[in-house]
Amino acid sequence: MKSLLYIIALSFSSLVMSSEWSGHVALEYRQFTTDALLAEQHDQIVSVSVQPEWFHEWDAGKQSFTFVPFVRWDQYDDERSHTDIRELTWLKAAEDWELRAGIRKVFWGVTESQHLVDIINQTDFVENTDGEDKLGQPMLNLALIRDWGTLDLFVLPYFRQRTFPGTEGRLRTTLVVDTDQATYQSDDEEKHVDYALRWQHTLGEWDVGVSHFNGTSRDPQFNPGFDSSGNPVLVPYYALIHQTGLDLQATLDEWLWKLEVIRRSGEAESYLATTGGFEYTFYGVMESSADIGLVMEYLYDDRGTAATTPFQDDLMLGLRFTLNDEASSEALIGIIDDQDSDARMLNIEASRRFGNHWKLNLEGRWFNHIPANDSLYSLRNDDYIQLELVYYF
Amino acid sequence: MKGTVLALGLFAVSNMLYAQTAEEKGLAIAVEADKRDQGWTDQATTLKMTLRNRHGDESTREIHGKALEVKGDGDKSLTIFDTPRDVKGTAFLSFTHALKSDEQWLYLPALKRVKRISSSNKSGPFMGSEFAYEDISSQEVEKYKYKFIKDDKLNGRDVFINERFPQYKHSGYTKQIAWIDKEMYQPLKIEFYDRKGSLLKTLTHHEYKQYLNTYWRPSRMEMVNHQTGKSTTLLWLSYQYKNGYTDRDFDRNSLKRAR
Repeated sequence: MKSLLYIIALSFSSLVMSSEWSGHVALEYRQFTTDALLAEQHDQIVSVSVQPEWFHEWDAGKQSFTFVPFVRWDQYDDERSHTDIRELTWLKAAEDWELRAGIRKVFWGVTESQHLVDIINQTDFVENTDGEDKLGQPMLNLALIRDWGTLDLFVLPYFRQRTFPGTEGRLRTTLVVDTDQATYQSDDEEKHVDYALRWQHTLGEWDVGVSHFNGTSRDPQFNPGFDSSGNPVLVPYYALIHQTGLDLQATLDEWLWKLEVIRRSGEAESYLATTGGFEYTFYGVMESSADIGLVMEYLYDDRGTAATTPFQDDLMLGLRFTLNDEASSEALIGIIDDQDSDARMLNIEASRRFGNHWKLNLEGRWFNHIPANDSLYSLRNDDYIQLELVYYF
Repeated sequence: MKGTVLALGLFAVSNMLYAQTAEEKGLAIAVEADKRDQGWTDQATTLKMTLRNRHGDESTREIHGKALEVKGDGDKSLTIFDTPRDVKGTAFLSFTHALKSDEQWLYLPALKRVKRISSSNKSGPFMGSEFAYEDISSQEVEKYKYKFIKDDKLNGRDVFINERFPQYKHSGYTKQIAWIDKEMYQPLKIEFYDRKGSLLKTLTHHEYKQYLNTYWRPSRMEMVNHQTGKSTTLLWLSYQYKNGYTDRDFDRNSLKRAR
């Protein structure tokens, strides 16, 4: 009893000693530059998000606990106003293994234009169309750290549905997606247990990863349906899949060569998709401290026009400007050009810091010449420019 | 005749032994400095950088790091950014090498992404400061060719003035001139000359302290850029040794959970 009290006192004291709060609050303003396709949509949208983080470590840093809730409030879109637990994890690190239990985000891959191999987390699609915002995924993850690389084993006991904009939201399909009616191939629905493993290793200039996932696809298909008021909607359907992935990067001085390949099979016909290319950086251009990077990637999907992604035969060209100044000013301008049609997507992302706590982000997306058979067709009038002011604490 | 040849031969040998060339003496100083700095095994540090522009406007960065001595190669290091707050948790893992390209990874906590990055940016500024990556990376003897200039005094201390010429790729410098303290075998001052051969920056080391009764470390560094009028103060708030680090503390897995 005495030792129990002692342990409690000790853990409490360490709780007080090495816990910390951090996080950010952001104010976002989106201005759509073309008139909305639908009467219920809006052209100017204000939104606020908060993401605090509580971190606590003990056992000389070998164990830790992290909690990251997330809240977004959107002026009009009830679906974009949402909350999530981005992270709620316990970690134990030992000499040749690491164990993590809880809700987390995991990233796999090397390319910039899209993230084919990255499959553990569901996309938080209402946050951004670029697929880089993710929902927290419940998991048990054991990493075995050996001379021959790191082997990560995952058990994923609960499935997260993709988020979709609501009736008043922009950047959506013409018919809204009714996530309440979602259907699954598995009778266990979202309780189906998924498994994944990944081997990762560095060999000199090469960083290589090989992964396999078996479970519910993070990418839904859509079936037509009706909501409770009888309005036509799209109903997501989540199939069971096997996906094998390879990601490879060669770092050769100014050149980064990148490749991601996946093969996915399941109910539907199996297919292969790949993203490959390079990033070349000119360091210290014109005797300044600024760097300019040239990014070129080719995106391929062997289903062709039947692909569920818009990138089946596309070329991405990007320019990355890094000023290396006191404000960490940087910008990335990218074009994704469909090789089979005139469809073109232009992206701009830029940011700079003000003082020690503030950051201003600029983002712009333009959709040009999107043909009616392209999966981006419903976004053809959703060009926008966004300013985001973030306070970090 | 025979005697003369022998005498000439002896003269040549003694010349080789005792009359070092300036290059040999410069190298000998670097080798001695390297020898005296061996055996520290591992190190934990906390730092504060103050960046100043020509108008005197200041901004600060706080970082902490770990380093592991690697015998016969460059050191391994893990650097974690604490402020500015937007980069909090960003971590940088580096395996340095003398002449071969360094191996570097960056961890971006918002994306949970580990990125292998190019090490060709040696001459680029570290966190917007006047310190370039090559100024703060592990100093190996093979990284330079040397030339001893003369013995001198700096701030009342005896020094060697030693020139060094970077031999690794992507350096922003043609030459550095170092004022090496004769007692500590550590630099008190270094001048950096740009690719055109003009004086670019001056670095001074201050308030040296000895750790583990062996290793001299400065508590403050001042870097002044003569061409832009900007300067950076680097305060070493703490040095800790005997942390028991292993290679395992410097891999992609430890990078992902670095705090």
